[in-house]
Amino acid sequence: MNIADRRWLSLAFRWLLRLLLLLLAGGLAYAVLSLPDQAVGLTNRVAANLETSGVSNPVTAVLLNFRGYDTLLEMAVLLVALLGVWSLGIAVVPCRVDPEPVLSMLVGGLVPMMILMAGYLLWVGADAPGGAFQAGSVLAASGILLLLSCKRLPVRLPVWPLRLVLILGLATFVTVGAALLPVNGFFLQYPPGLAGALILFIEAAATLSIGVTLAALFLGGRPGPDA
Amino acid sequence: METMTVLQWVLDGTLVLALLWLAWRALSTPDLFTAIVLFIAFGLMMALAWVRLQAPDIALAEAAIGAGLTGALLLAALARSNDLADSINDDHTVDTERE
Repeated sequence: MNIADRRWLSLAFRWLLRLLLLLLAGGLAYAVLSLPDQAVGLTNRVAANLETSGVSNPVTAVLLNFRGYDTLLEMAVLLVALLGVWSLGIAVVPCRVDPEPVLSMLVGGLVPMMILMAGYLLWVGADAPGGAFQAGSVLAASGILLLLSCKRLPVRLPVWPLRLVLILGLATFVTVGAALLPVNGFFLQYPPGLAGALILFIEAAATLSIGVTLAALFLGGRPGPDA
Repeated sequence: METMTVLQWVLDGTLVLALLWLAWRALSTPDLFTAIVLFIAFGLMMALAWVRLQAPDIALAEAAIGAGLTGALLLAALARSNDLADSINDDHTVDTERE
């Protein structure tokens, strides 16, 4: 194939790409324009059933109660993503020998605040914006700060507590869901009186798991024997 | 009341324009580090947009996960791929020296 041919092909390919993009944009525009003006959706049904959900924040009610199954699968996806990263190899901890004093001081002040913040977000999720994923990501951010500043816990832990925390959220979710199976015959259907406490219990476990999973994703590999 | 409405329109318009501009810059810039920083800025702007759309839950998640954690992950991936490229280059120089 000579150069003129190749140039012609690449030009044709570009125009084909533009055409496909235009088609996509047209389709999207059509979909948006054909939406009904006032979509009621499921807002009214959620509002009507909010009292049985055990929480007063509609978002948490949907995520942890009405559509708890989706959240369960989301956590499974997160765990599978981490397994994928771990299969890449042993992690190299990015660690300078001597962290700068500013970073050291900042981390010392920020990390306790962030852990407190995560706890607050978890607790407030029941009746205001917040919840397990937000709290978990704040927890993960504090973990990443710790990793970057080379702070190590004074005790050296074996690997299994880490793995236990990683699966804690999913395990709690499945266990609670399955334990309720004989009570009313449906997976993840909480009895209204207990729902609030159960949701908090699941969210607490999920927060820990999400935080540790996201921080472990940052490491980019399986923790080595000396990590 | 009238001035409030105008102010809100100006705010929303600026937000939309800033989002589009940041998105375009993040996609078109050749330097990967700049692209990641622009992506983080885009995430923070997007969080503001979610607040304006009265979805504070999503705004929180966007700021924490979309801007914060994804940004950190991308930066870590960039650092690692640079290391990898360096080590491959080193290998090449060693090979040529041997030859």
